[in-house]
Parts: sequence; structure tokens; C-alpha cells
Amino acid sequence: MSLLEVENLVVEFQTASGPFRAVDGVSLKVNAGEVLAIVGESGSGKSVSMLAAMGLLPWTAKVTADKLTFNGRDMLAMSDNDRRKIIGKDIAMIFQEPVASLNPCFTVGFQIEEVLRFHTDLGKKARRDRAIELFNAVGIPNPEERLGHYPHQMSGGQCQRVMIATALACNPKLLIADEPTTALDVTIQKQILDLLMRLQAEHNMGLIIITHNMGVVAETADRVIVQYKGRKIEEADVLSLFESPKSAYTKALLSALPDNATGDRLPTIAEFLTDQQIFEGAVR
Amino acid sequence: MTVVETTKNPPTGIAEFWFYFSRNKGAVIGLAVFLIILFMAVFAPFVAPHDPSIQNREMLLLPPVLSEGGQASYLLGTDAVGRDIFSRLIYGARFSLFIGVIVVTLSVISGVLVGLVAGYFRGKVDTVIMRVMDIILAFPSLLLALVLVAVLGPGLVNAMIAISLVNLPHFVRLTRAAVMTERAKDYVIASKVAGAGTLRLMFLTILPNCLAPLIVQATLAFSAAILDAAALGFLGMGAQPPTPEWGTMLAEAREFIQRAWWVVTFPGLAILITVLAINLMGDGLRDALDPKLKRS
Amino acid sequence: MTGGSKTFGPPVFQRKKGLAPMLRFIFGRLAVLIPTFLGVSLIAFSFIRLLPGDPVMLMSGERVMSPERHTELMNQLGLDRPMYVQYFDYLGGLLTGDFGSSIVTKRPVLDDFVNLFPATLELSLCAIILAVALGIPAGVLAAVKRGTWLDQTIMGSALVGYSMPIFWWGLLLIIFFSGYLGWTPVSGRISLMYFFPQVTGFMLIDSLISGQAGAFKSALTYLILPTIVLATIPLAVIARQTRSAMLEVLGEDYVRTARAKGMSPFRVIGVHALRNALIPVITTIGLQVGVLLAGAILTETIFSWPGIGKWMVDSVFKRDYAVVQGGLMLIAGMIMLVNLLVDVLYGLVNPRIRH
Ligand SMILES: Nc1ncnc2c1ncn2[C@@H]1O[C@H](COP(=O)(O)OP(=O)(O)OP(=O)(O)O)[C@@H](O)[C@H]1O
Ligand SMILES: [Mg+2]
Repeated sequence: MSLLEVENLVVEFQTASGPFRAVDGVSLKVNAGEVLAIVGESGSGKSVSMLAAMGLLPWTAKVTADKLTFNGRDMLAMSDNDRRKIIGKDIAMIFQEPVASLNPCFTVGFQIEEVLRFHTDLGKKARRDRAIELFNAVGIPNPEERLGHYPHQMSGGQCQRVMIATALACNPKLLIADEPTTALDVTIQKQILDLLMRLQAEHNMGLIIITHNMGVVAETADRVIVQYKGRKIEEADVLSLFESPKSAYTKALLSALPDNATGDRLPTIAEFLTDQQIFEGAVR
Repeated sequence: MTVVETTKNPPTGIAEFWFYFSRNKGAVIGLAVFLIILFMAVFAPFVAPHDPSIQNREMLLLPPVLSEGGQASYLLGTDAVGRDIFSRLIYGARFSLFIGVIVVTLSVISGVLVGLVAGYFRGKVDTVIMRVMDIILAFPSLLLALVLVAVLGPGLVNAMIAISLVNLPHFVRLTRAAVMTERAKDYVIASKVAGAGTLRLMFLTILPNCLAPLIVQATLAFSAAILDAAALGFLGMGAQPPTPEWGTMLAEAREFIQRAWWVVTFPGLAILITVLAINLMGDGLRDALDPKLKRS
Repeated sequence: MTGGSKTFGPPVFQRKKGLAPMLRFIFGRLAVLIPTFLGVSLIAFSFIRLLPGDPVMLMSGERVMSPERHTELMNQLGLDRPMYVQYFDYLGGLLTGDFGSSIVTKRPVLDDFVNLFPATLELSLCAIILAVALGIPAGVLAAVKRGTWLDQTIMGSALVGYSMPIFWWGLLLIIFFSGYLGWTPVSGRISLMYFFPQVTGFMLIDSLISGQAGAFKSALTYLILPTIVLATIPLAVIARQTRSAMLEVLGEDYVRTARAKGMSPFRVIGVHALRNALIPVITTIGLQVGVLLAGAILTETIFSWPGIGKWMVDSVFKRDYAVVQGGLMLIAGMIMLVNLLVDVLYGLVNPRIRH
């Protein structure tokens, strides 16, 4: 049994100009200990599909799926209350903008201990010890002191480490990382990715990494899903995707890597592919 | 949230403005009510069934038409000296709107001038101007207006001057803030490089780009002016009886509060409806003019 | 915006628990207040001299006087000295607590102010408490239920409240609750049946201390209508401001994070979002102090509430300009102090300023 199973996920937003389909029939599976990468350009519905799986979309979104289970439990049929016992504990998520993702009005210690307070029966002292342990695990120096800091006193990389520590607080089975490094400096990106991969291996977590960056995919993923305009275009394990991409879109994506650029500028996808050509090769 | 059809440039056409304005139902209702009041004010001599100052000695404190003992010719009843309340209210609209227009004109013109100077030149001029505005803001507006009227002598004109002064700091601050943000933008620097003179820069380049918040603030000031003028009238420091100004009418009616509810109720209702209509329009204007709020 | 990935260095590098930064902040604010204070005193000083009529007559309150008496008084009141000397004299008086004396009663203005201020303070405090206690939940509710009939009802009522001529609103409430239902008294602070010494100046508290049966209830019935009237506009403003601040905050990333942590909606909204939304709301509440005092002028006049608002209006009518002058100064000074307090409070709730 897979950890997360999604079949034919559709998300529609009500907008001022009528309904808008942000995710259109996406299916995916993640197993324990597996790293799945979802790639696709901006607006292709990567974040929305993951938020839908966690039940975090605003009420303007209509979510339907043939199947949406975590650990065998139906997440769609579940009551909000039951779902809240799972998310933050067994499924955790970290986001693109680490600084904005932390509440500016509370210390980071408060924000990490809060998770422990709601999802475990640890006492005050035990929660603090656990928070220190987590800060150590994600490589934040001086954890005792840092716990009393506010997010604006920390750098972006530090904030992302705090987010990771918070996500790991209850030893989740699945971690969803939504572009965890996009907002960070290049040097820090590498550190954060390494940290994520190390922790994933240590805890044998399922990990979904959302990214634009094919380099990140190559470095981290076991399996890859390519998404375009809310649809799944291709799914493959990472080696075969890079060696023999099936769809025209993936080929185009790969050729858009700076390494493959010819001439002095990078090509854009729309320059040589129409939507129709893209969807033709799509898998379901 | 991002899928709203946005046009990047600020509202250019009336059509686009109307599109956003009319999406706010309250604003449209406010506009309609305001136009009706405006119409009645302008054509008061034709609309009003009676002369507002004629005292009908036979009809003292006549109740409104729908209550017991009312008469159809006196729709909203009569006051203590037998004047038709409805007609007085219609004439009163003239005063209120007039006060609003004058106050807004005075405070907008002077506020924008002072604000432009402060925001454009910065430095000492700015500091002095802002300190003076702080001083004005250190007094409760009504108290300051009251004292100013005490200095100048009670009356409508002096009340208007006082209220304009009290309103001034808001326009100065707003213009100054807008000018300071605009001043640093590329288009201003570009025209400066192109050799535009100071005055030209201030009035033709920067000012038009700060108009939106100013218009919204002007609407707020309009309704606030009507309220303040009525309050001064109520305290006996605004328009003097027998002027059919709404606040003054209320002051005169106070002693009949236990005997004739209508003398008290209707003038206040007139103030409330007028102010409410203007504030509804203000909300709609803000939605239509402020691109930042143009979502949802 | 300091910090970063420092691995070593003094362990208490920015852990500044002390009061020093806060004090420095307060002193900075005070320094800005000084020119404002001088300006305000200049206005209060010039006020009497700008009035139409002879300042000697105005200040002595005498209507007819011989030229000799005029010169004598002029000398006595110090009006024959150069303006700037008079101003510095006035300023010196202010700093020693001399705000002038009433022309009519000859009592020092400060004494009257101190006597009457608790009544206004009690009324204003009750009003602001009511406004905050209703306005914030209403604004939060409207934001959370955005676009629904509930939102529209709350915001519609708020706009009506915001547009309310409160002097009329007070009269309406009197007509209905005092006249028609006979529930509440019309004027004053407490029934004449009760008499007890002023301890705190707050009728609600003093009536409790007095231990007289029914006194507290009486004080409460006298207080209730003025409180509602005075609270109306701040309530509307706070509700509107809370809603818009809340809407902004609800779209922030950290709210999504809180939900991703499995927090209940109650906690997400009531703790994570509200705490941030309150930052601008506190400024708004601070700005309501001026609005409250302006409102107190009208409310106290309608309900014959013996506070400083009514005192100022009465003084204007009695042409007791010395009281008006002193009152102006005291009220402006108080508003400046409250604004300072709000600034400090703002710093306390907003960690980004505190550090
Ligand atoms: N709350 C919402 N209401 C309406 N439309 C939305 C909402 N959230 C997202 N969308 C739309 O759904 C589409 C998919 O958005 P999504 O955030 O999943 O893209 P993404 O693939 O994560 O892109 P990026 O790489 O930029 O993060 C976008 O077109 C976006 O405008
Ligand atoms: Mg995304």
C-alpha cells in the first residue's frame, strides 16, 4: 500500500470570471522512503494539487478525486477534525517563502512547540527539549537561544531550517516540500537540499519535492511527474526521464536547461510547442 | 486570487471606472440617493410644498401624516412654531451640501498645495509643516472647531472655515506621502532629467498620479464636514436660527423631545441618510480607484 | 534585520531583555512631542488675544470699567508687557501646573479639570471597552464570513454607525429608552438619592465602595446610554479596520502554515491571524482618543454628563475664556500623552519594532 494515493484529482476555483480548473485529472502515488519530484512551469497547478491533498485550499476551491488516501485512509471523506489530526503530524508541508511562512508575531520556539503541544502529549519541558533536539538536527546553532528569536531576526536559510524542524517535529511519514529552495541563495539551496535528503533517508520518509529546477530533480528524486497547465504530462523514474523523455514537453523542458542551451539565450517552451502538441503525448 | 482580469495602468476610461464602481451595489444606491438629495436641494423652491420660514399658527407641532392627527399637506408634520418640517429639510439639504462642497474645496486646495510643498522639498520646510499639522491634530476636531468659531463668532461661514482647517492635516499628510512615493519613481526622474521645471513636475507630473487617494479622502471629508457642521449647529455655534440647517433644527427641537418625536427624528434622519449615501459612494470610489484593492 | 547564521559569538548577542531600547524609544518620541507642545501652547496663548474685544475685559470678565481700572487690570494681568514676555510667563506657568483661573468662579482651571476629568474618563473608558469588545469580534467575523449576508449585515451596520450624527442618536435613544420605555434616566451620573464621597472619581467604583444598596445599579443605568452613544463611531471604525486587516492577514503565508500544522480554525484565526491583524487596529484604537473626546463634547452635552466636554462647551457659552484656554491646553496635552502611550503599546505588540 502506498503512503499517498491520488487518482484523477480535479481542482476548480470559483473566480470573478467563472470557474477555473487549476488541476485537471492528476494521479500520483508515493511510497514510504520514496522521493517524488513534481516539475512544471509556474501556474501548472503543482502547489494547488498538494494543498488539495492536505485539505488546505480556500473555500473557493472545489476538490474532487476518484481516490485520495493517505495510509489507506480516505482524506476526502474524513471530517475536518480528523484530518487536522493527520496534517502537521503524519503529513507535513514546507513552503517556498520561508520568512513569510513563519508568523512574525511569535518566536520560532513558540511556533515549533505549538505543533508538539497539539499533536503529542509531551509536557512543557519535554517539548522544549524536543525543539532543541530538532534545531540541532536541522543545523541551527545555539538552539536554546534561537528558540526565543522572532523570524525577522533570522536569515531566509535559517527560517527554512526552522520550517523543516517544525515539519519534522512529529516524525511525519510524508513530507511535502513546495519549492523549498527557490527563495534562497544558491549556496544555501544546496545546504537545504542536502539536509532534506539526509533527514528523508534517516527517517525513511516519503518526500514530495515540487520544483521548477531540473537540476534539483536530478539530484534528489527517485521518480518524476511532469505537469503542465494542471495536467500530468509524463511520469517516469528519474533516470529514464533524463535519458529518454517520452513527451515533447519534457524534451523541451530538458533542452531548456542552461547546459543544453545553444546560442547565447535560453529557449522558451512556447517558442516551439503548442498546447496541443504538449497534451498529445500526455499520460493519465 | 490572481486570475482577475487586471489592466495594468490606472483607470483610464470612464467605462472602466464605472465597471468597478457599479460592482459595488451599495455605492450605486449611495449615488442614487445622493443625486436625489442634490436634486431636491437645487430645486428646493419647486420641490418644497411650503415656504420653510412661514409659520402656520394653527398648526403647531402637527404630527406627520401617517400618525394620528397628521395632515397630508404637512408630510412630516410641523415644528413648534408651525413651520413645515419637510420643506425645512429640503432647504436644509442646500446648506449641508453647500457646506460640504465649500469645506472640501477649501481643504483640498490648501491641503494639496501644502502637502505638495512638504513632500517635494522635504527638509526643514517639511519638518515645520508637519509639526504644524501635528499641532492641529493634537486637538479633538470638534473642540478646535468650536473654539475657532468662538474666536471668529458663531455663524455658517465661520463654521465652514473652522471645519476646513480641522480637515486640512489629512490632505496634507496624504498628498505628502503620495508625493514622496511618486517622487522616487522613474517617470519623475525621467522628466526631471528631461528638464521639466519644479512647478511643472509638481502639478503636471506628480499630482495626477496621487489623485485617487485624494478623491477618496475628499469624499470622507465631505461627509465629515456635514456631520461637523450639523454638530456645531446643534451646539448653537453653527448656522443660527431660524436658518433651516439640520443641526440647528435639532437644537431647536431638543426641548420637545418628550412631546413631539418627529421634530427631533426627521432632521437627524436627513443628516444620517445624506452622510450614509456619501460614505457608501466613498467606499465604491475607493474600490474603483485604488488598484491595490481591486481584487475579489 | 540582524541575525543570520552566526555559529559563534557572545551567546547573548541580541537577547536584550533590558528596558534600555524601550526607554530610548520613549525618549525619542518625547523629543518629537516638545515642538508640538510648544505649538499647542502658542495656540492656547494666542487664543485669548485673537478674540474680538478687549483682552482686559475678556480676562477680567468685567463689562464696564473706567480707564483707570483698565490700566490697573492691564498691569495686574500682565497684559502691558511685551508679547514674548507674556508668552514665556504663560509657558512657565504651564510647567508649574498653572493653567490659569476661571473668570467666573476664580477657581484654578487645573482643579476643575481634575475634578471633572474622571467623569469623562469613566465614560470614555466604558465606551472604548464596549467598542473594542464588540468591534473586534464583529470585524473578525465579517472577514471570516466574507461575502456572506453576515458580512454584509455587519459592514452595513458599521457604515451606518460611522455615518451617525451621534447627538441625534443620543436624542433618539432618550426618546425610546427614557421616554417611551422609561428604563433609563436622562441626565447626570447617578440618582440624587445616593450621596457618597468621591474616592476614585469613577461613579461605578465609588458606588460599590460606598456600600449603599442600589447605588451601583443606579450609576450603571445612568452610564449606559451615554456609553452606547459615545461608542458608536469608534465601534464602527474598529469593526471596519479589523475586517480589512484580517482579510489582508488571512491571505498571508504564515496563516497557511498554521493550517498546515493542523491547528483548528479557531486557533488559526484567533491566535495566528488576529495577533497580526491587531497591529494596525491598535493604531486605530489610539486614533479614536481624539474622536472620543470630540464625541464626549456632544454626548456630555446631551446627557448633562458633568465631564470636561460639557465643561468646555459651557465655558465657551459663558465666555469664560480663561477656562477654554486652559482646557484646550490640558486636553491637547492629554491627547499627546495618549498618542505616546499608543506608540509604546504598538512597539510592544509588534516585535519588528521592538527589536
Ligand atoms: N485561491 C485561488 N483562487 C483562484 N485561482 C488560484 C488560487 N490558487 C491558485 N490558483 C491558480 O491555480 C493555478 C495553479 O497555481 P499553483 O500555485 O498550483 O501553480 P504552481 O505550479 O505551484 O506555480 P509556481 O511554480 O509559480 O508555484 C494558477 O493559475 C493560479 O493562478
Ligand atoms: Mg507553487
